[in-house]
Amino acid sequence: MSSLGHRAVADRATLAAPDPMLPRPFVVRRTRQDTRDTYTLELEPIDGPALSWLPGQFTMLYAFGVGEAPISISGDPNRPDRIEHTIRNVGSVTAALVAAGPGTVLGVRGPLGTGWDVNSGKGGDVVFVAGGIGLAPLRPAVLELISHRADYGRVVLLYGARTPEDILFSDDLRSWAERHGIVVEVTVDNGQHAWRGRVGLVTQLVSRAGFDASRALALVCGPEVMMRYAAQALSDRGVRPERLRLSMERNMKCGVGLCGHCQLRELFLCVDGPVLGYDRLAPLMTRAEL
Amino acid sequence: MHTIDEYLPEHPFFQGLDDSTTALLAGCAANVHVRRGEFVFHEGEPADHFYVLRRGMVAIEVRTPARGVVLDTLQDGDVMGWSWMVPPYRWTFDARATAETSAVAFDAACLRAKFDADPHVGYELTRRFVGVMNQRLQSARIRLLDIYGDFVE
Repeated sequence: MSSLGHRAVADRATLAAPDPMLPRPFVVRRTRQDTRDTYTLELEPIDGPALSWLPGQFTMLYAFGVGEAPISISGDPNRPDRIEHTIRNVGSVTAALVAAGPGTVLGVRGPLGTGWDVNSGKGGDVVFVAGGIGLAPLRPAVLELISHRADYGRVVLLYGARTPEDILFSDDLRSWAERHGIVVEVTVDNGQHAWRGRVGLVTQLVSRAGFDASRALALVCGPEVMMRYAAQALSDRGVRPERLRLSMERNMKCGVGLCGHCQLRELFLCVDGPVLGYDRLAPLMTRAEL
Repeated sequence: MHTIDEYLPEHPFFQGLDDSTTALLAGCAANVHVRRGEFVFHEGEPADHFYVLRRGMVAIEVRTPARGVVLDTLQDGDVMGWSWMVPPYRWTFDARATAETSAVAFDAACLRAKFDADPHVGYELTRRFVGVMNQRLQSARIRLLDIYGDFVE
């Protein structure tokens, strides 16, 4: 084969490989308002196959003409035909995304990053600790676990929200507790409006939660400060650092480890993360200069 | 339900105390029951007890002109109240049962007299209360950050 022939083959291969920077068009099929500022969009590809993704991964969602934002996948991994994203309206891009009604076309890049690998918790207890919108990236891992519930021991979900009105997936939380034997403990920071449940920090629930730390897998997602203290509390309980995983989110832009916006010392969180073990993160989480 | 003598040695707060100290503390204790909605104590009242909750839930509240605000909730196993240790021995918040609640109540005057007589016992209990205070202070500080609230895209 001539050198020209090699070049032609290489070019075809390059052309055949999906460009990670090129969004695929997806159409919004359904939307749901979860809380006053948080919405879930159900997306379907306009052409091509459904996305194959892992619980914990995210995509870059593109509102055409406005911009792109990293959004974790919040749907059921057993239903890859319906990819769901739960989005909190906190800025111009997310405002455009949550305003996208059925029929709107959005761009999707991904799935990107690492997953929770909840399957590695089989045979032991599993602890989920979520804060605020952090329950959304954990939801696929919970649903994955539920689809093989008998393979796991005790399962505990500890969830903290700002107010009772900010509690996400209330129906799911009830169902997971009543139908799937998951111990769900919810606490809020501000318990006005006739709230009868707990008020306080989610990390306070860790010390009283019923699980065997020596054989537990702990998955934590929420604001970074919350994760730092939750990880410390889980570590104090005896969860091994390599069995304690956190979903780190920084300023992700390219999503493929090129631009460096999400760099945390030697880590590019968009490709090395967002899910990382506490054994790698612990030395980095309290360093202000990183 | 266990008697107070049986319950105290099993509780993490009292673990490590010798039998005579535990018996001494139990001598100042009594079981109390509070119905849902009733107050355990009110802000400004003499802080004449501390409590170890055995069952139920208690909301620590502060009343503002507009409404009552729940600052924290405590439940089974939690230790409640340290105003009895610090002059002028007055509660700084309200405590209201949000569920049927049972607790062991320790008489403050009885304890203070025993601590004066045996400072080692006072030191042991104070050390444990400092741990509880530290935990609550840390939680309050983190909550000041409003960690679920502000997020900039």
